Amino acid sequence: MSPKINDLFGKPINVVNVGLASMAQPMRDQNIPVVDVDWQPPKEGIVRLHMTKSGVDIDAANAEVCKRIKAARPVLVGMGKAKDVIPGYHDHLILHAGPPITWERMCGPQRAAVIGALVYEGMAKDENEAENMAASGKVEFAPCHHYHSVGPMAGVISPSMPVFIIENKAFGNKAFCTQNEGLGKVLRYGGLGPDVYARLKWMETELYPTLNRALESIPDGIDIKALISQALHMGDECHNRNRAATSLFLRAIGPALARTNKDNEVLAKVIEFIDKNDHFFLNLSMPAGKAALEPAEGVEGSTILTVMARNGTDFGIRMAGMPDKWFTAPAGMVQGLYFPGFSEEDANPDIGDSTITETAGYGGFAMAAAPAIVKFVGGAPSDAIASTMEMYEITFDEHDGFSIPSLNFRGTPLGIDVRKVMETGILPKINTGISHKKPGVGGIGAGILRAPESCFRDAFEAFRKTC
Amino acid sequence: MTVKTVIKTSEYHDSVTLMLVAKELTKLPGVQDAAVVMGTDSNKAILDQSGLLTAEAKKATPNDLVIAVKSDGDVDAALAEADTLLAKKQTADSGMEFRPKTVRGAVKGMNDANVAIISIAGRYAADEAWECLKRGLHVLLFSDNVSVEDEVALKKFARDHGLLLMGPGAGTAILNGAALAFANVIPAGPVGIVSAAGTGLQETSTLLGKNGVGITQGIGTGGRDLKKEIGGIMFIEAIKALQDDPDTKVILLVSKPPAPEMAKMVYDQVLKSKKPTVVCLLGGDPKSVVVAPHVYPVTTLEEAGLLAAKLGGAKISDPKDVIAHETVEIKDLAKTLKPKLKADQKYLRGLFSGGTLCYESQVIWRDEYGLEVLSNAPLDHKYDLKDSNKSEKNCCVDLGEEEFTVGRPHPMIDNDLRIRRLLLEAKDPSVAAIMFDVVIGYGAHPDPAAELGDAVRKARELAAKDGREIIFISSVTGTEGDPQGLTRTTQTLKSAGVNVCNSNAAASRLVALMVTR
Repeated sequence: MSPKINDLFGKPINVVNVGLASMAQPMRDQNIPVVDVDWQPPKEGIVRLHMTKSGVDIDAANAEVCKRIKAARPVLVGMGKAKDVIPGYHDHLILHAGPPITWERMCGPQRAAVIGALVYEGMAKDENEAENMAASGKVEFAPCHHYHSVGPMAGVISPSMPVFIIENKAFGNKAFCTQNEGLGKVLRYGGLGPDVYARLKWMETELYPTLNRALESIPDGIDIKALISQALHMGDECHNRNRAATSLFLRAIGPALARTNKDNEVLAKVIEFIDKNDHFFLNLSMPAGKAALEPAEGVEGSTILTVMARNGTDFGIRMAGMPDKWFTAPAGMVQGLYFPGFSEEDANPDIGDSTITETAGYGGFAMAAAPAIVKFVGGAPSDAIASTMEMYEITFDEHDGFSIPSLNFRGTPLGIDVRKVMETGILPKINTGISHKKPGVGGIGAGILRAPESCFRDAFEAFRKTC
Repeated sequence: MTVKTVIKTSEYHDSVTLMLVAKELTKLPGVQDAAVVMGTDSNKAILDQSGLLTAEAKKATPNDLVIAVKSDGDVDAALAEADTLLAKKQTADSGMEFRPKTVRGAVKGMNDANVAIISIAGRYAADEAWECLKRGLHVLLFSDNVSVEDEVALKKFARDHGLLLMGPGAGTAILNGAALAFANVIPAGPVGIVSAAGTGLQETSTLLGKNGVGITQGIGTGGRDLKKEIGGIMFIEAIKALQDDPDTKVILLVSKPPAPEMAKMVYDQVLKSKKPTVVCLLGGDPKSVVVAPHVYPVTTLEEAGLLAAKLGGAKISDPKDVIAHETVEIKDLAKTLKPKLKADQKYLRGLFSGGTLCYESQVIWRDEYGLEVLSNAPLDHKYDLKDSNKSEKNCCVDLGEEEFTVGRPHPMIDNDLRIRRLLLEAKDPSVAAIMFDVVIGYGAHPDPAAELGDAVRKARELAAKDGREIIFISSVTGTEGDPQGLTRTTQTLKSAGVNVCNSNAAASRLVALMVTR
């Protein structure tokens, strides 16, 4: 039966107040529940988009995109070397985080990571030679995102680096990401030096084979979505905090590690390495997001983001409805907390592919799930809740696989809608690490920032004009 | 004298906050005038009129906040004070729970939300009303300045989706006992009201309340709904809903007289049900009345309220007898009051906050006393008051009309404008009687009688110095359950020397008797 005005009669009245606060007061005086909207006029010149020029219902397209993201089932199915498992990979290809960039425009830490990777690969004998090589054009640079991959911070992937293979079992697509090195002076933060290379070599020759043997013995792989979902209930948001998820991962792989182990001392080192690196899981959480988002690329008429990524120079986004087009803006500065001895003077602009987590409905968008790191957003758990609540304003949907205990297990904000960002002027809030701007130093802190507005405006205008 | 402006780009505050800040600024030493407004064209026009439109202010966009101060004292101090006052408002908010920034966010946070009240600037209101309707919310659209096209489209969508779209310009509704915006505390009962006139809904519902009869629903449709261009979409839908509602035993319809075809449409709908239906098309053409056993056409709010009360079970005589009896009492009272007037005190003045009450009074003066009364909101344009700010002859002013409320709170919330006008009228030696309405209830001023009572005392002193006495007449639209209290409000007015009548109609008759033989 079609709805009738009479359906309202007899029901308790619950009011949404849009406008004068004085209109809500009588409601409060009568003990009638009322929510005040902190209403702001729309940005000048921003029209409400409902249909594309070609007649596609944008809401329907966005619903389809969110449906696909929610249906995704990212599973860690194995590992391999980048050159062997990433489709299209070749010997002179170096992948990096963020939108496309030339060597000339690369920021300090990303250049350092490229240099370090060339030395690590043995393609250059030292850092000087590596720098000349990188500048010479003999090396091809491409965004990780163009190769179904994601990389935290500088996000450099070189041919011999072992990568996790995440398969989205619902759609059959795969995504790739390197193993996480830890914090501080590490390649992904632009750290250079013998200890950095030694660690990378150990990760290639001991960590990778150990993990890979264990994974080969688990026929169904490890369900990363399930781990993220549990970790969100254990104080992680799976971007800036991965402590619970890393522990869960160790539990999941533990028996297989023991069973397939050849040398207890190596096994002990592997467990120690993972245990001492709270961010080990980040390099699983990120490709899980990438694997979940890729099937949504190309849904006609959708204004939902499938990529948000930074290279330390530019911040770039891609929309499901215009999947190959990057919209970029200068990368912002992070409001951060710094390791002792460093300050924002030292900080490089925002960098890394890790914003794939926010794009996929967790990370900074699930801040309310991670009270232990609320100092990044102001210090009180209520600030973390407000931070997540604000993101519901610019997302199209809520995730049915990820929920937040402190919000009565409400689904996380999912599907950043470029229209809503423009209508409300609310820019996505991102959690991130901070690199030193000088090549070679490494990580110096972590913090939050908002995505820059102009790439959203450009995406909105381009969508409006061409779709 | 210096005029100085500060422009704050992309800073938005709601208009009430801004008005309060402006009001505080004008209290500062040396400040002659101050405005704190968003840089819209209409606001710029207001600034221009007050001599506050500086070159900088001219350049402001609608997203910019304009602070303008005219002062012969320290202008910069006043501008700094504006900053402090605006910041104060923000910190008061910051301790509160999370406030969603959009309707979408609000609805996500309140799953059982079912009604939205929209009071933002008219040019944005339609978009937000769409947001609300699409999310299944019934809407009370308080905002004015919504286009006819938008109103029709919104109402058609609402109709097709079983939703109410009350307004634009709807200030009163009572749904399931909840008083929305400007409304009174009325008990639950058998009468369902549909009104295209805000204070008409308040006056009739309080008359029911005063006679111990309650209501099921009070649905306000906005004054334009029964105009031809809107086609009465919501009025008809609301009637249908009440006709189908088992709890509603009596239906009461209130409107200013619509075009004949609109009136016919209303009657056609009324005839589709057997429920007793009181139809009050204020002062409407009696020829448009359809006769049927369950249809009760009346011409005043008073008769409408009393008749619906009687049909709803009030133990009162026939409303015509009640009114006749009351009129006799009024005549007796008039006999004691009239000798106090001098020969050249021959005019009545009406100062209204409620538009429909102003209208009802004019109907009574015209139809029962043959009085010609000028107004800024006349029954007929031949009675147009030339200058709304200047009274002449017999006249009444609706101070809730837009010409008075742009950039200023409504007279039901803020008594200042009426008080100034009342004192002005008191200085006019030709004035015999001043009538004013006092509307209480939710949304209204917390104690209008105290402020208006003080004003009456002052006005009487002014007249007394001049050797005159002016008769003050009022009625209170309200109930005992209202926060201000009917009895308390009435007593306060009486103690100031106001003759308080039981209804706006009764007050209109008493004031008419002051200026007729």
